[in-house]
Amino acid sequence: MLEKNALLLLLLATVTILVGTVVTMVVPFKWINDPKLAIASVKPYTPLQLEGRDIYIREGCNNCHTQTVRPLLSDTERYGEYSKTGEFAYDQPFLWGSRRTGPDLARIGGKYPDAWHVKHMKDPQSMVPRSNMPKYAFLDRPLDTSLTEKKMQALKFPYTPQDLAEAKGKTELAALVAYMQKLGNDIPWRQANKAAVVGELKNPFQDNLSVLPEGKALYKEHCAQCHGDKLQGEVGPKLSDMDKPDAQVFTTIFSGSPNAGMPAFGDTLGKERTWKLVTFLKHQQRH
Amino acid sequence: MNQPEGYADDIVKGFLISSMVWGFASVLLGVLISLQIAFPDLNFPPYFSYGRLRPIHTNAGIFGWGIGSFMAFFFYITQRLTKTRVWSHGLARFQLWLFNIVIALAAVTLLLGMNRSKEYAELEWPVALLVVVLWVIFSVNIMMTIAKRREEQMYISLWYIVATLVGVAVLYLVNNAMIPVSLTKSYSAYAGANDANVQWWYGHNAVAMVLTTPPLAIFYYFLPKSTGVPIYSHRMGMIAFWSLIFMYLWTGAHHLLWTPVPDWVQTLAMAFSVMLIAPSWAAVFNGYFSMNGQWHQMRENYLAKFLIFGITFYGLQTLQGPSQAVRTFSAFIHYTDWVPGHVHMGTLGWVSLVLFAAIYYTVPKVYGREIYSVPLANLHFWLAVTGQLIFSITMWIAGVQQATMLNASNPDGSLHYSFMETLIELYPYWYGRALGGIIYLVSLLIFLYNIGKTIAGAPKAVAQNA
Ligand code: HEM
Ligand code: HEM
Repeated sequence: MLEKNALLLLLLATVTILVGTVVTMVVPFKWINDPKLAIASVKPYTPLQLEGRDIYIREGCNNCHTQTVRPLLSDTERYGEYSKTGEFAYDQPFLWGSRRTGPDLARIGGKYPDAWHVKHMKDPQSMVPRSNMPKYAFLDRPLDTSLTEKKMQALKFPYTPQDLAEAKGKTELAALVAYMQKLGNDIPWRQANKAAVVGELKNPFQDNLSVLPEGKALYKEHCAQCHGDKLQGEVGPKLSDMDKPDAQVFTTIFSGSPNAGMPAFGDTLGKERTWKLVTFLKHQQRH
Repeated sequence: MNQPEGYADDIVKGFLISSMVWGFASVLLGVLISLQIAFPDLNFPPYFSYGRLRPIHTNAGIFGWGIGSFMAFFFYITQRLTKTRVWSHGLARFQLWLFNIVIALAAVTLLLGMNRSKEYAELEWPVALLVVVLWVIFSVNIMMTIAKRREEQMYISLWYIVATLVGVAVLYLVNNAMIPVSLTKSYSAYAGANDANVQWWYGHNAVAMVLTTPPLAIFYYFLPKSTGVPIYSHRMGMIAFWSLIFMYLWTGAHHLLWTPVPDWVQTLAMAFSVMLIAPSWAAVFNGYFSMNGQWHQMRENYLAKFLIFGITFYGLQTLQGPSQAVRTFSAFIHYTDWVPGHVHMGTLGWVSLVLFAAIYYTVPKVYGREIYSVPLANLHFWLAVTGQLIFSITMWIAGVQQATMLNASNPDGSLHYSFMETLIELYPYWYGRALGGIIYLVSLLIFLYNIGKTIAGAPKAVAQNA
């Protein structure tokens, strides 16, 4: 019968398609973005951040970077606490991405100082050798703010005249950096998760010269972009004649120093490699 | 089918030529972006950078090459299966123009950075609106042709065509809901995890309603035409049809495993993805069983070779897909190069091989020519399969390797490799993929040459079609 009645076929096919659609796409609206899942500290984007986000979208950064940390060790150890629904309440569109050619960015906010980002965006390979990210030096041009207010209204985000003024006269790059600095920075995870240093802080490699080559290699890979190839300092301070106790150097590397813009490396390096780095750094100072 | 002169085949010709042009553009861009990943200096921002070109590649591939050919074959198949000339020739001609304008507009606007960011629904709202117009006139034309048909029975291909028309319409309208800011900028109407869930309901069903049901309609029509044997079981085809279009819509969240989308939605997606193996393989078996006693055709008939390899890749695709939809395996390979490996076995293997067969069959028919060179068609076949296998296999290995490295940990529980250490190891595989892509591009040039020569050739001597 169906082989003969085109209209019936059309109707039945529509109904068939709608069943799964309703259950898995329409009904979940009731669950997702439930006010109970809101996170109080997550605020809408400011005009500058929103413009930065639009540049992220325009350049298609989401083709290579994801913005969701999964509750899996390899994700949480690398990027930080896993993502919750409430974090995305203001994301229209969502920017979770589907491919991690580059690292996840959901927790990038506050990880590096602005100066690091500016350098990195202009010439990624200068900060991360062998990265395959394109250069975005052209973003160092004036930001077009003619639509900013309309955008804020369209999304029903609150703003003040000062907020709008803040976005004026900036470069596209500055807006993009402002956006990135918000990501994951408005939930209290970084403080809460700050890698606690437990146990005695004694350098197991003190005066063990055999770890110097590895320490040097770690320095080149993780530190040189900010502190300079010869420890002369750039984005971060000079390290060449640093005279601090091993334990303090260890803590700064392991747990970071958020106010100074120094990222925490405890999750990436672990204790042992951090101590090797400390040994390398202290060894430079003795010469 | 005794009066082909009654059919509006100029439309078929127009869509075929257009789709081949866009298909070539897509593969060319595919090769370019695969090289950009391996050699970042090949990015020429602002316009020719990876982030802007990748969406053009996917849109040209899925919409230009995929939908373009499907429009050609839906017109070709529908007219023949209904023994009826297309309902409105004028509308169809308008559709051909609009189609090419829309795809060209899509390419230009994406290059300029007008992009909604939602995969396969990137086009800003004015262009998206034109897509809707395009789809509506197409659907009306096909449905009216079916309504006025002179053949009472509707063969299975028509079923898939009807489902495609409805399915794409529903998906596209819902996922494109937006809040406009200006002519060139809009925001999604949904936020955060809701937006994600809507997007991947759309995204996976683009796979269903664009990369599965239309090629199936084409496969079911051209396999019997090319081999001269009827399809093994029409009944199996119909049962598979209903379960396929029922189940697909439940599975979108398998793209969102381990994300903040509710667990039960993920679990449903996982379960239905695994169940999808059944209707998918029903089509594969239908293809294989039809060939019973006819397997010698794989040596003699190049069309059979394209079609059977195509349905075989479909079979592999629908085993690999469900495995990726299982939480534990997804945890491992999601976000890695494994997934582009999967994608291109589907697009380059399944969809494109079936389309090649259908074009090789149709072009001589609608132009009243003989195919220019069968040896060249065979060469095309082997190069395409080789290029595609190099692409997919290098990406699967790359994905597994990166996943293994990302998960490796030290005795103290910290991770062994930084993200960059895992990336550096991928370069050799990226060179390999680019090579596979170039081989595929060469095969495509041979195909286009062969088709061009066929069209330019002398009309068939026996003018039985006149
Ligand atoms: C030889 C030809 C091709 C090459 C070299 C190629 C290359 C690529 C590359 C490098 C990517 C990006 C992968 C990534 O994100 O890491 C990609 C993505 C994609 N391509 Fe192709 N491509 C080719 C042909 C095609 C064709 C003909 C189609 C469609 C019919 C297609 C559809 C897609 C889709 C849907 C994606 C997105 C995949 C995802 O989101 O995971 N490609 N392609
Ligand atoms: C039973 C059938 C199938 C299932 C259950 C399935 C499952 C999946 C899953 C789970 C993913 C996401 C992988 C990830 O990101 O971790 C995926 C991606 C994809 N699959 Fe399949 N697949 C199936 C068949 C197909 C077929 C026949 C095609 C035809 C070309 C196809 C094309 C794609 C594309 C284009 C993507 C990439 C989407 C994106 O990330 O942008 N799949 N599939």
